[in-house]
Amino acid sequence: MSNKDIRVVVAMSGGVDSSVAAALLVEQGYDVVGMMMRLWSEPTMTGGAHNRCCTPDQMSDARRIADRLGIPFYVLDTKETFRSTVVQYFIDQHRDGVTPNPCLECNRQIRFEFLLNNALALEAQYLATGHYARVSRAENGQFQLRKGLDEHKDQSYVLSVLGQPQLSHALFPVGEYAKPEVRQLAERFGLPTASKKDSQDLCFLGDGDYRRFLSQYAPEVMTEGPIVRRNGEVIGQHQGLSNYTIGQRKGLGVQAAEPLYVIGMNPQVNALVVGTSDELGRSELTARRVNWISGVTPVEPFYAEVKIRYKAKPMRALIEPLGDDRFHAAFDEPLRDITPGQGAVIYNGDLCLGGGIIERQV
Amino acid sequence: MKDSRTSRRIIYLDHSATTPTDPRVVEAMLPYFTDVFGNAASAHGAGRKAEMAVEDARETLANLLNCQPKEIVFTSGGTESDNLAIRGAAISARIQGRGARLVTTPIEHDAVLKTVEALVSQSGFECTLLPVDGDGMVDAGEAASVMRADTALVSVIYANNEIGTIEPVSALAAAAHERGALFHTDAVQAAGQLNLDVQALGADLLTISAHKFYGPKGVGALFVREGIELEPHQAGGSHEQGRRGGTLNTPGIVGMAKALELAYRELDERVAQLRARRDQLIDGIMTRVAGAVLTGHAARRLPSHASFVIDGLDGNTLLMHLDLNGIAASSASACKTGNPEPSGVLLAMGLPAGQALGSLRLTVGKDTTEDDIEYVVETIAQTVEKLHRLRDKA
Repeated sequence: MSNKDIRVVVAMSGGVDSSVAAALLVEQGYDVVGMMMRLWSEPTMTGGAHNRCCTPDQMSDARRIADRLGIPFYVLDTKETFRSTVVQYFIDQHRDGVTPNPCLECNRQIRFEFLLNNALALEAQYLATGHYARVSRAENGQFQLRKGLDEHKDQSYVLSVLGQPQLSHALFPVGEYAKPEVRQLAERFGLPTASKKDSQDLCFLGDGDYRRFLSQYAPEVMTEGPIVRRNGEVIGQHQGLSNYTIGQRKGLGVQAAEPLYVIGMNPQVNALVVGTSDELGRSELTARRVNWISGVTPVEPFYAEVKIRYKAKPMRALIEPLGDDRFHAAFDEPLRDITPGQGAVIYNGDLCLGGGIIERQV
Repeated sequence: MKDSRTSRRIIYLDHSATTPTDPRVVEAMLPYFTDVFGNAASAHGAGRKAEMAVEDARETLANLLNCQPKEIVFTSGGTESDNLAIRGAAISARIQGRGARLVTTPIEHDAVLKTVEALVSQSGFECTLLPVDGDGMVDAGEAASVMRADTALVSVIYANNEIGTIEPVSALAAAAHERGALFHTDAVQAAGQLNLDVQALGADLLTISAHKFYGPKGVGALFVREGIELEPHQAGGSHEQGRRGGTLNTPGIVGMAKALELAYRELDERVAQLRARRDQLIDGIMTRVAGAVLTGHAARRLPSHASFVIDGLDGNTLLMHLDLNGIAASSASACKTGNPEPSGVLLAMGLPAGQALGSLRLTVGKDTTEDDIEYVVETIAQTVEKLHRLRDKA
């Protein structure tokens, strides 16, 4: 089967990475179809709500690029699916007193579920995106997820939710290149070289202010409550738990002999727990909703590196699987900002083994 | 047709959106881009030549519409004609103290509906919407009972663009005239397929657009019955008896006249051919596609027009699949920015909102073949089956 008989759907954003991804696939002779998802956005006072991943400008950019590449281009209505999964998840997680990473959820339920299913329905063999990551095959035929060659741009963290069925249909054409090379390719293909902002911000907020968003959609998480020490002593009042993150020092408004940091939250009693720098460091965490990319849960505990945030440094830890759905990680060194709700993603060198959502720090 | 890049077969079944310009029409137009380029309003020879071409075209259209040449106003297309007819007649009626009520239907093209809405919200007019039945038909008797003495203008579409239903225009015109109101009809879809005799129809104002009947885009006309005051909508020079400022589009006007002339010269063969293909299509879809329901009137519909809702499917998804299989179709709710809205026409006919997202319109043309329809029916049947399977899995 030659490439021209293999259909590939490319998720296009109008930005340089997905445009180059599409161009590379066209050059390789695939039957390429461009797609963009119209995602939900908070309605604004002026009415026209545009998710920052699919503004009218981005849509017309993507449409023009598709035309230049000579490929069809479609926009899928994903508003309700996105709202009921990613946006609802964001709200629910804040209600549970944790700080979610909606991008993980978006890749899990939107890109590699909704969009992939639409691609497969169009008889596509692959869904390609502009992520900096790579897919390889192990000797036993298993699909592996690897960091993008450009370590600074690596996005495997947000793809750690993918399993074998998704990876068997995934292509990440720019993962094989460094960002400057991608720009050069864009120039060679005659594509716009402007970079989209990293997708780490919350694309569905009308004005980018998540505190205002939550006070509207989940007012209970923006309710004032006590600031307490670990011994239960009340030393002040907070403005709503979702205003704070673990490790935060500024803006607490409490007086103490030494600097105090947010060290935890207790949503049951709406309490913000603060402590000294010594109390902040934690060397263990448990994670839930765990995905092992190989599809097989490791039997024995093992050493690996763990990233506790998208931009965090991988740190060595002993990983102990707890059933199929959870794991425990014990770090060699304490970390200051293990944050429930964020992903804990496990690596062995450039190989991503999987990950889970941080349940609690220990 | 072939796709120039992939050389895959393309079957165009969206003739209600637009038609290709007939090569005979293009040929008739060509001299008016270069040799006869004058401004029809100029006093010199070049201008007179252009003027003659425009006036010949006006006469051709007048013959086809059974009206006088001076009753034809050239415009940029259907939307402008509708705006001019409704705004112009409404404002004039107000100036003359003939009432401030506009009567129309919920199944009009947006060019009519949005114009009426704007007159209501910005200029203090009142509006009555005539109800339609499950086939999208307006009941002329009921309409007559709804119209009141303060009615200035009644506007009802001749044949609906989404569902193809042909409205009882002459009965509605008679009802309007009984109340002393003017009657406008948007005949954009009807032109080239149905009787356009404005005397038989009883229309005071009638809209056509060239690109729907194998003419060029960007040109249309409005029939304005002699004696009707029409406040100009586009201010400017004194062109078109002061009704529409702007240099006349000579090649477009020549092309429109040629296209409409061809359409009515070849009407019998064209209509017979369109009906045969349309009926083949409707039979095929209704027998082969699970969950398909015909929308619009089964018999009183445009010869070219087939429209359906397909249970549980949204129109956008279906169109995308058909496009990749080389079939150009359309859906009332389709939108290239991924923001589909349920069809207002289907909602007005009493369909639930879920179904109003799943419409599919297939409109055949004079060059559509039996073989084309066979391929289209087969492809739609397979695609719908696949999408149903996918949905059941999800």
